[in-house]
Amino acid sequence: MLDIALKISLALVVLALLLNVYRLTVGPDMPDRLLALDTMYINSIALIVLMGLWLNTKTYFESALLIAMLGFISTVAVCKYLLRGDIIE
Amino acid sequence: MTHYVILEGVIAFFLVAGGAFAFIGSLGMAHLRDFYMRLHGPTKATTLGIGCILIASMLYFWVTEGKPDIQEMLITLFLFITAPVSAHLLAKTGLHLQLRHIDITGGRPPELRHEEIGEKPVPHPDRGHG
Repeated sequence: MLDIALKISLALVVLALLLNVYRLTVGPDMPDRLLALDTMYINSIALIVLMGLWLNTKTYFESALLIAMLGFISTVAVCKYLLRGDIIE
Repeated sequence: MTHYVILEGVIAFFLVAGGAFAFIGSLGMAHLRDFYMRLHGPTKATTLGIGCILIASMLYFWVTEGKPDIQEMLITLFLFITAPVSAHLLAKTGLHLQLRHIDITGGRPPELRHEEIGEKPVPHPDRGHG
């Protein structure tokens, strides 16, 4: 049961990432692309956690935490750049 | 024995629910018509989805290794704190750049000042105008 649920969840997360790539390439404006990147890092954290369940190891959770922190900081930095024309004033 | 079957069912439910919520959030982002609508999907549904997946992972390693681990809870907490902040900044960016939106979307929240949504230039009293 867990095996099938893991496969379904992996397939759904990969489909979500493909939709993010669609919005990243098509997105008419800059904030749309930024939103797509923001969602992509969240979905990639989900993918890393599912890979940890698949391989039955906890090694990769540090990388998930790292991606969470750096993704948030980069989103805030690009937003700040678009809002003010500068990151650190 | 039945104890483990029930736990396996709970973990499988959380996994499928997490994947479904992540997919629905991304589907909303790919499908909806303007930026302010698209902001809804990833900020709510995807955050809930990854919360479900991390809870499933935490339960699985709790059952297999016998002791709870704080790390997944830390990732969940961090994502739940940071998602509204980044959504707020993205919405402010969209208002500042005056993106195209359909007529039903107002795009003019009453709590923001005129210069924050790009209707008036930002005043600079120190440079002599504003």
